[in-house]
Amino acid sequence: MIDIGLGHYLTLGAIIFTIGIVGIFLNRKNIIVILMSIELILLAVNINLVSFSIFLNDLTGQIFTLFILTVAAAEAAIGLAIIVVYYRNSSTIDVEKIDSLKG
Amino acid sequence: MIAHSIFFYTFSLIAIISAIMVTASKNTVHSVFFLILDFISISCLFIMIGAEFLGMIMLIVYVGAVAVLFLFVVMMLNVAQQKNQWFSSSESSKHIPVGIIISVIIFFELIIVISGWKFKPDLAMKISFTNNQAITNTHSIGRVLYTDYIHVFQLSGMILLVAMIGAIVLTFRKRSGVKKQSYFSQISRESADSVELVEVENNQGVKIDD
Repeated sequence: MIDIGLGHYLTLGAIIFTIGIVGIFLNRKNIIVILMSIELILLAVNINLVSFSIFLNDLTGQIFTLFILTVAAAEAAIGLAIIVVYYRNSSTIDVEKIDSLKG
Repeated sequence: MIAHSIFFYTFSLIAIISAIMVTASKNTVHSVFFLILDFISISCLFIMIGAEFLGMIMLIVYVGAVAVLFLFVVMMLNVAQQKNQWFSSSESSKHIPVGIIISVIIFFELIIVISGWKFKPDLAMKISFTNNQAITNTHSIGRVLYTDYIHVFQLSGMILLVAMIGAIVLTFRKRSGVKKQSYFSQISRESADSVELVEVENNQGVKIDD
């Protein structure tokens, strides 16, 4: 318990990943919070990669964390641009009212 | 070792509580701020276990760029106040217990994977990019990133370029009624279609069509 190992960091990543998934499922009002939950999930993946990289003494995990960071930034920019365009067209980003595809 | 565990538990507790508050907070601005707190505590953890470069990069990229982008969009769209509770729905839907069940299943699957994971002793021998303790973390990342992963690195630059062009194209709109300078029509203007020789009669003047 007092000796922090790899399992502690992986458990922290698992908890944050699960919180992100719960945020996607439970959110009914605001699509921006769903984007933030996706950022939380990517953060949990980054925790896993960095902790494995440190404890296995291998730098490849940190390199790929850098690439995940890049993709996450691009994804946030594109997603927020789509949200802005949708709000301009239909003046709402309520999750329940986005049903034009009748899914 | 005691200090390490104390810092780990403090930062991870802050990270977990702020992650819960990101999803549970009623005000969207508050959840953006809790997201910032989450990123800061996770980057403190990264710095603590020895990945200093990634911790600092996470501070710059997430807190400095992505979270500010989120704040900007929340401010621009005027959706900061959520009137209803975050879990309340207009129709009675059955997706909330299903979502909780799926999340619990995923969590326990991850815990099972973590607890059953064993360190393979001969794995470390096969690894080529070892973390040399004599040079710093940033230096060693640069040595690997700019030699073996240079093509992937340039490809990530292309991803950023495509994302930038996509965001500009998506949010660009042409406005009518805004006076703008058109270089093409200015340069292509000739004397034949702008100057006219008019025969003026006496005491009549010139009628300018407007």
